Order: sequence, then C-alpha cells, then structure tokens
Amino acid sequence: MQADDATEEAERALRLCSACMFCDDYCAVFPAIAGKHDYSLADVSYLANLCHNCRGCYHACQYAPPHAFAVNLPQALARVRSRSYAGFARPRWLGRAFAHNATIVALVSALCVLAVLLVADPATLLSASSGEGAFYRVVPREIMVGGALAALALSLTTLALGVAAFWRAIAPDGSRAALLRALPRALADAVTLRYLGGGDGGCGDRIEAPSRLRRLYHHLMVGGLALSFAATAVGAYYHRWLGWEAPYPLLSLPVGLGAVGGVLMLLGASGLIMQKIRANCTPSATETLPGDYALLVLIIGNAASGLALLAWRSTAAMGLLLTLHLGLVLALFLLLPVSKLVHAPFRFAALWRAAVERDQCGSRHRQD
Amino acid sequence: MIARQDCDVLVIGGGCAALCAAIAARQRGADVLMIDHAPFTWRGGNTRHARNFRIAHDEADDYVPGRYPAAAFAADLARVAPDGDAALAALLAQHSLTLTNWLRAQSVRLQRRGRGVMPWSQRTAFFAGGGKAAMDTLYATARRLGIPILHDTEACGIECAGDRVTAVEVAHQGAMVKLRAASVIACCGGHQANRDWLREGFGAAADAIAVRGMGYAQGRLLRALINAGAVTVGDPGRGHIVAVDARGPAVDGGIVTRLECIPYGIVVDCDAQRFADEGGDTARTHYARWGERLLAAPGQHATLILDRSALARAASTAFAPLRAPTIEALAELIDLDGAALRKTVDRYNAAIVPADPNAPESWRAMALLPPKSAQALPISTPPFAAFPLQPGITFTHYGVAVDGSLRVRRDNAPPFANLFAAGMIMAANVLPRGYLAGLGVTISAVFGRLAGEEAARHAGR
Repeated sequence: MQADDATEEAERALRLCSACMFCDDYCAVFPAIAGKHDYSLADVSYLANLCHNCRGCYHACQYAPPHAFAVNLPQALARVRSRSYAGFARPRWLGRAFAHNATIVALVSALCVLAVLLVADPATLLSASSGEGAFYRVVPREIMVGGALAALALSLTTLALGVAAFWRAIAPDGSRAALLRALPRALADAVTLRYLGGGDGGCGDRIEAPSRLRRLYHHLMVGGLALSFAATAVGAYYHRWLGWEAPYPLLSLPVGLGAVGGVLMLLGASGLIMQKIRANCTPSATETLPGDYALLVLIIGNAASGLALLAWRSTAAMGLLLTLHLGLVLALFLLLPVSKLVHAPFRFAALWRAAVERDQCGSRHRQD
Repeated sequence: MIARQDCDVLVIGGGCAALCAAIAARQRGADVLMIDHAPFTWRGGNTRHARNFRIAHDEADDYVPGRYPAAAFAADLARVAPDGDAALAALLAQHSLTLTNWLRAQSVRLQRRGRGVMPWSQRTAFFAGGGKAAMDTLYATARRLGIPILHDTEACGIECAGDRVTAVEVAHQGAMVKLRAASVIACCGGHQANRDWLREGFGAAADAIAVRGMGYAQGRLLRALINAGAVTVGDPGRGHIVAVDARGPAVDGGIVTRLECIPYGIVVDCDAQRFADEGGDTARTHYARWGERLLAAPGQHATLILDRSALARAASTAFAPLRAPTIEALAELIDLDGAALRKTVDRYNAAIVPADPNAPESWRAMALLPPKSAQALPISTPPFAAFPLQPGITFTHYGVAVDGSLRVRRDNAPPFANLFAAGMIMAANVLPRGYLAGLGVTISAVFGRLAGEEAARHAGR
C-alpha cells in the first residue's frame, strides 16, 4: 500500500483527533491513537480497518466541516480502508478489482450464472422434475460440488494471502503468548460487532438517537449466511453418509436451516441497504458505496433465489431457478477476496492488534 | 421577518446555559422562546468545545469516583477566586450535586468511569463524545418539549420601564424586531470574541489573541445590560488566556491547539532569548500561566523548543511540530537567528544540574536568568522540534452581577424584576479570576437551570 492524498488526510485528521480525544469512549480507534505523534502507513491502514464506520464521532465532532479543521474521520478512514483492500490484495493485480467494484460484482455474477447455464442439461432446464436427485439431473452433482469447492478453495487461498500481507504490515509487537491471550477478546469484539454502536457508549447515525439497528441487521445477515452454510453442510452429510439425495422434504433439517437462513439474509441485507440509503452520507466515502450496494444485492440475490427455488422446486421453473441460485452462490464464493467481503478478516486483524495493545497498555495513571 | 411574539420566558443564547434554562422553564410549564446569535450549524455555544464539568458528589457513582463534598467544591473555588460571591459559589456547589442526574434525565449521555483513555477525575464528569454531542442532545430534548428556537438571531438591546425589561431588541434576518416576554434570561456569554472590546481591556496586544471559542460571543447584550444600569463584576482586562499553537485559526480553535508540553522544553522570544521559568509550574494547567507571559512578550509571539526525547514525552498535538536536524536549521524554519538560538540552547544545556535520571522534575538549571526550576533536561537529541506560540483566550473574567435568584443587579436600585442571567455572562460572580477545570459548563448548567425555574416562576408558572 502506498502513501497518497487519502492516507495524508487520514493522518491529518487522526492527529487532530489525538489532540482532542473527546470521542475516546466511542470505539477502539481513539484509545489506539492516544498520545501518538507520528503515524506510519501501516498505522493508518490499521486504524482505517479498526474503524467500523459507525460515524458517531463525525456527528459529535466540534471540528467537522464547515469548521476550518474540516475533520471527517469516518470518511478519511473509509478512503484508506478501501485502498488497503486493494493495496494488500494478493496477487497484486487483483487489487484493481476494487476500483470499479460494483461493475466487477455484477459482471462476475452474470458470468457465473451463464457458466452454470452452460453446464446444465438443456433437456431438464425447462421441464418439471421432482423426486430424489432432481437437482442433479439439471446440474450433475460432480460438477456442482466440484465447481463450488474449487471456487471456494481458490477464493480462500487468495483471501488468505491478502490478509496475511495485511497482518504482516500491521502486526503488533508482542509475543505469541500475548497474541493468544488477546484472541478471545478480539473474537468477541468481532462477533458481537461491539464497535458498531448503539447503546451505552455507542454511537448511531445521529447523536440524539444512538441506534442499534445497523448492528441488528448485520447480525441477521451474518446469521442467515451461517445458517445457509450449515444447511449446505447438513445436506452434504445426508448425501455422503446417509445416501439421501436432495431435494429434501420441507420438514427436513437442510430445508429448515436454509429457509430460515434465507429469510434472515433477506431481512438483514435489505435492512442494511435501507440504513445506507437513509443515512447522511457526508461522513461516508461515497465512491465506496456502489461496491457495498452491489455486494448486498448479491447477498439478497442468493437468498431470494434460494427461497424461490424452495417455493417452486416442483414446477417447470425449478431448472432455471436452480441454475440462477447456483450461479449466484458461485459468484459469492469467487468474489470473497475482491469485494466488500474482505472487510471481515481485515477488521478482525485490526481488532486483534487493538486487543493486544490494550493488554500491553494496562491501566494508565490518571490525575485531575 | 418574524411576527412580534409574546412568550412567558425569552431565553437569549444557544449554549449550555440557554438550553438548560429553556428546558427547565418549559418543564415548569412556561411558554419558552429561545433565540441564538449563531446559525444552526454552529449552535451549542462554547460548550461545543467543552468536555467535562465539575460536580460535587457524596459518593462514587457510574461517572465519578470517590467523593467531592459541596463544601470542598466551594473551598476550591474560594482558593482560586477568593473575591468571588461566596453565597453564589455555595449555591453552585450545592446544585452541582444533582447535575448529572438532571442532565441524564434530558437524555445527555455521560462517559462511564473506566471507559476511554482520558485521565479520570474525581471532580469532573465527562460528556460521552464531548460538548457538541451533549448540546445536540439538549437541542433534541428542547425540540421534543416544543421549545421554538430561532438561530441567526442576535439580541442587541433592551427596553426597560423601572425595574422591568419590557422588550428585547433582536436582529433577525436583516431586520430589528422587538420581543416581549414576562421573563428574560440572558445566557449569551461574554465578550471574548469582540476584538474591539478586547482591545479596551488588553490594549494593542489583543490583536494577537486567538479566540478559542465561537466567534459569536460578541457581548452585544452584555453591553446593552451594562448601559441599562446592570452592575458589572470582574475586570474586562482579565481572562483565562492560555498558550496555543500559533498555526491555529483566529477563532474557534477549541481544545486541540493548546500546548501542554511547555515544561519539557524552553520558550524563546523573537530574539531567541528565554524569558520565563518553563519548569516553574508543571501542573496540568500550567499552560494557563503562559497566556499572560505571551501577552507581555514582544509581538505576543514566542516559540517552544524541544528535542526528540522531550517530544516523546509530550501529549499529542493538533499540528505536527516543525522539525530540523540541527538547532540552526530549526531557527531558520521559525525565523530566528541561528547563532542566537544556538547560544541560548548551549547556555541552557550547560546550566543543567543533572539529578535522578528517572525523575526529570528534579533536574534544574538555576544559574540561568530566568532559571528553569524543574524538568531541566538537555535539549540535545535531534531532530529538534519547535511549536510557535500565541495567546488564546477562553473567556473573560467579566460580566453582570446577579443576586441569589439569578436576577441581574442594578446600580443603586433593587435588581431587575424579570431579567435573569446564567452562564458565562455572569460567571465572574463566582470566578472573577483564575480557573478550575470543568467550571464553565457547571456554571452554565446549574445557573441556567435555576434561572429557568426562577424565570418561569416569575412568569406565573
């Protein structure tokens, strides 16, 4: 990652914030800059990923525009954050995918659906077919499972390389033991979205009304994704070890998990889109919004096509719905390292460093 | 142009005192109108830049540890300002006991103990997110209570009949309007942003003073009250003036431009000569002493010189220090004579009497004139760093006198019957000199609330 206008602006804002520190109970960013005089590029990208973009500090800021200091920390950090996704992408050329991310997401999704259509059996595509193994008559099981696993392996490897590069840049000084000690706290902070505000000490889109809605929607969406993933895993178990073939009955575990997961994803992702539309975008980096929307729409597409497949699986629409669903799932897998999805491991890495530093810092001595 | 309005209570101002007064009066059932000189964007008065407020408390709670009895609060106040109004100081300390609960009841969020990294304090509670967040919350509360608020509306004068204010002249959208109210509360601050008035008190040096708070504190109503016979307290030539970074804005720099690291280095004037004992007062509020010293310095300008190890001990600063590998190169950056600065630094380094390396406060350079009586560590590790200094005013120790019911007192006559004052426009009653951390917000909130209740009562509510 390289220094540029965005990292310089973030450094300028961070310097002012560190001299002020009125927001020090809002999130982990402010304790992380306490007493700092100088910011390396790695520090700035660490802090950018530590920020959860709740924007509470912007609304509380005595120096926000039109003040001469024009401090807009959430926006400055969002810019650096999106640069860090691109800058730490491995192989490096993948970083270019973040420049026009919405287009990339749309393109990959379309290509994936097309690819699944091409491998589908044209004879079954438009005719009603039901009973055990009906899905595999449209797309052969070996291709379905093999393709998904290959895509996932490729994506996860790429993502792991990128996250490893990011971690090497921001890793805190400290022993392996210190890292392990901080891990539970970092995991808890990540899973609970502790810094996504609302409630005591938290922040919302407006000072007057701290809101937990965004965190709630995010939890719903991630929970839905997890349930859908569990549905797939249970299905695989049924098939591999029990010899039961999909589609499964309505009252089976895979269908139950998938249906609930799909509904939660729909609710969560739609809620997040509504929140984004309603939010004041002054503290946002608007150039990153299309990519965010594109990914949310893709998630909605995954959930909606899955639910539609469930609803109409014994009609002639099943073939097309299945190919659409499989295509969108494939796209989601492939886009893991080149979409907003990378925020999850990057933010976790930042939370981990913050947890390590918090342990090292201990309690400061204070005076009146 | 707004229609002539009649309300029970007219609150003049848009900061903490005004909001507390308006809310308290409204909660007693009064029809309240609030007018603020600042536009909506800049609402909140100087409390935008405040963070904590001093409160007495008899036991630890979620927000403050230990205990701080009201008597101790009043005693602290008497120590820094022995000529203050003791009865009002006691009232302030007493009513600060219930302040956190009252603010929380208005939805203001306070920082819980143990959260964040700022030094905790046994005597002050902290707004979560700072004063702007708190003021925005109070504005939301005021709106919910149905208090109309006019911004861009400056109170310019008053009309009186006997001991009553019959109308307030207000500039609103380019026109002068007269507002009539049963009670009027002046909560619109002092005159520290009025350059002409500052010049009356501080002479030509006033031109070099940065105004740390909002530019709307022009003191126009304060002047009108004085002209209408209000008794003044304090001295317009005295204020809370601190050392700030000279690269900050002329107005509204707030808290971030102050420099707390002066004791770690030496301060030189435009001839590269030291002129005060930088180690003389190393308490956290030492930077307040430097206001007067800078005012007296030629051109009201000076430069703090540090080296690398001193900078490492310093708190974060809003602007990066100017840095150079040698003293001479640093001098060039700050327009000083290189040889002269080198000589000053060498003489200082030579005069240091080393002591315990772990106790920098015990290192001294007493043979110099002026001496440095603590923290006299050598300035020897490059890169060397410089911060340009300028005086910055927080508030003036000047305002109108009030009685125990916050009514504005008059010369040789009973107080105004229906004119009240709260906040920095009357702070000099209890703080005619000096400074205590977190006192401004407490004065505003406590007296604002009391004035609001008193004004509503006067209006028959």
